[in-house]
Amino acid sequence: MAYNSSDISAFQDIWVFCEQREGKLMNTDFELVSEGRKLADERGSKLVGVLLGKDVAGLANELGGYGADKVIVCDDPALEVYTTDAYAKVICDVVMDKKPEVLLIGASNIGRDLGPRVAARLHTGLTADCTHLDIDMTKYIQFLREASTIDVDSVKFKMEDTNLKMTRPAFGGHLMATIICPRFRPCMSTVRPGVMKKAEFNQAKADAVEVEMYPVSIAAEDLRTKVLEVVKETRKLVDLIGAEVIVSVGRGISKDPEKGIALAEELAAAFGSNAVVGASRAVVDAGWITSDHQVGQTGKTVHPRIYVALGISGAIQHKAGMQDSELIIAVNTTDNAPIFEAADYGIVGDLFEVAPLMIDAVKKVKEAK
Amino acid sequence: MRVFVCVKQVPDTSGKVAVNEDGTLNRASMATIINPDDLSAMEAALQLKDETGCQVTAVTMGPMPAEGMLRELIAMGADDGVLISGREFGGSDTYATSQIIAAALHHLGVGPEDVIFCGRQAIDGDTAQVGPQIAEKLDLPQITYAADVKKEGNVLKVKRLLEDGYMTIEAQTPCLITCVKELNEPRYMTIKGIIECYDKPIEILDYPALQNEPLIDPTTIGLKGSPTNIFRSFTPPQKGAGQMLTGTSQEAVNELVGKLAAKHII
Repeated sequence: MAYNSSDISAFQDIWVFCEQREGKLMNTDFELVSEGRKLADERGSKLVGVLLGKDVAGLANELGGYGADKVIVCDDPALEVYTTDAYAKVICDVVMDKKPEVLLIGASNIGRDLGPRVAARLHTGLTADCTHLDIDMTKYIQFLREASTIDVDSVKFKMEDTNLKMTRPAFGGHLMATIICPRFRPCMSTVRPGVMKKAEFNQAKADAVEVEMYPVSIAAEDLRTKVLEVVKETRKLVDLIGAEVIVSVGRGISKDPEKGIALAEELAAAFGSNAVVGASRAVVDAGWITSDHQVGQTGKTVHPRIYVALGISGAIQHKAGMQDSELIIAVNTTDNAPIFEAADYGIVGDLFEVAPLMIDAVKKVKEAK
Repeated sequence: MRVFVCVKQVPDTSGKVAVNEDGTLNRASMATIINPDDLSAMEAALQLKDETGCQVTAVTMGPMPAEGMLRELIAMGADDGVLISGREFGGSDTYATSQIIAAALHHLGVGPEDVIFCGRQAIDGDTAQVGPQIAEKLDLPQITYAADVKKEGNVLKVKRLLEDGYMTIEAQTPCLITCVKELNEPRYMTIKGIIECYDKPIEILDYPALQNEPLIDPTTIGLKGSPTNIFRSFTPPQKGAGQMLTGTSQEAVNELVGKLAAKHII
């Protein structure tokens, strides 16, 4: 029978595409499997990981430990390194054969290459870069109660709705949108890395995971691109997502960018060891710092323990990227800068004057301990 | 050889965003710009034109005023523009949008030596989906996140960015490439270009012009043909107001650090 993405009742189970690079699973895989486990429980269905690569079956147990009931392994030399053509073909083949209700993909540079291609071929919808997922309507209403200004009690919801409700920021987090894909399956979503919480590893689940080796067929003519090399940048990438303290600089450093960045580094170091320098888009665009430092919607979403914004006015992209930080301190010369709306503590002043004072004061407190 | 560049006119979200009372975006009150990644795509195309003298065509889907943006791109160096515009196309999600743009490109004719450039993603939606979906609908290979593009004959060599490095990928034309802003520094419009841009052709493709295209099917375009729908949109609650620390800079810093120490934050 021909594959028909609108035959909704034929689809079941929650699937997670598990990305590996050089035979190692990505952190996002564990986040997505953990989140997928919750959705599968809400739906009363199975959670299945789909793993493509060469000699990767041994990774299945680890996925089981985070909640996968089963892992479908597609093992082939042509899948060792990611190519759009090979991966899209294999994923589409498996989906058309087994018909999952939901397919989650990490919103990495690879996931965002694969997801749209697969969704277009399968004739279904794809929601990009989601930050929250629900199936159960009661849970979705609870989420709206906490995360929105909607007067939830005055709205009538269809409680029996079992569509995946995919929520993502739009326009820099100023608006949130919940997207559904009611007429086609699978419901597909790419999920922003670093947002979903990783579950506790469960050894019993890891040992119990079911592994299905799925035969793949990839012909030479299926592959229209050739990967000549994969290069790891020797430059150590700034780990904004994992940092405990971030001191970010904005346009306010323009009169002496070098000194402004040096002050931010010194202040970050004063606060703690796992501390890095972030930057607004303006600073990256001006070429004062590399783009891996950028905080914001098209940059990165961060949630450190302490976030200090030096000379950042607080464009919505930037605020969307940092407003979930535990504690936010803002320093800006303009007293009505939007950044102060997001800040727990604000100081109106020139960062070149305030930051050195902060460095001294923080160091003194630390030394006194 | 012809190079197509898919561009989008977007509200400038880097400044203040105006929101209507119902929570939707007040587009009318916001300035529009050419999507930044699309400018890098245009520059990549113009560099190929500098080398080979190929034809560069800017393609956009949007309301009629988007013609102004196409004129700007012609003033940068594009040879002509195509505006896909029609009521039937409104409300399209990425799937339906790619369907329509792919149909338009098919209508224009993608030849064996041609390349389609897109920006990686638009700043209003940030989906990065339309480029790959156009490639799929046209059954072309795709290379996304391109940070360097070299063309030798029919072979393209592209540096594709990963989070932790990059891949070098080779592909044959015709193919679709999505560009990141690291790729290049977009050039400015030239005076000559600005003077001449109103004499260059802009083709309008509306629904009747495309309706015989195999990809144009009323059930897969526009709001009704879009697989995804907005279930609800909402504004996040404002965080409780923070505290402004006053006095001299020294006093403010002392108060701040005192509070952090008292709360055992440092």
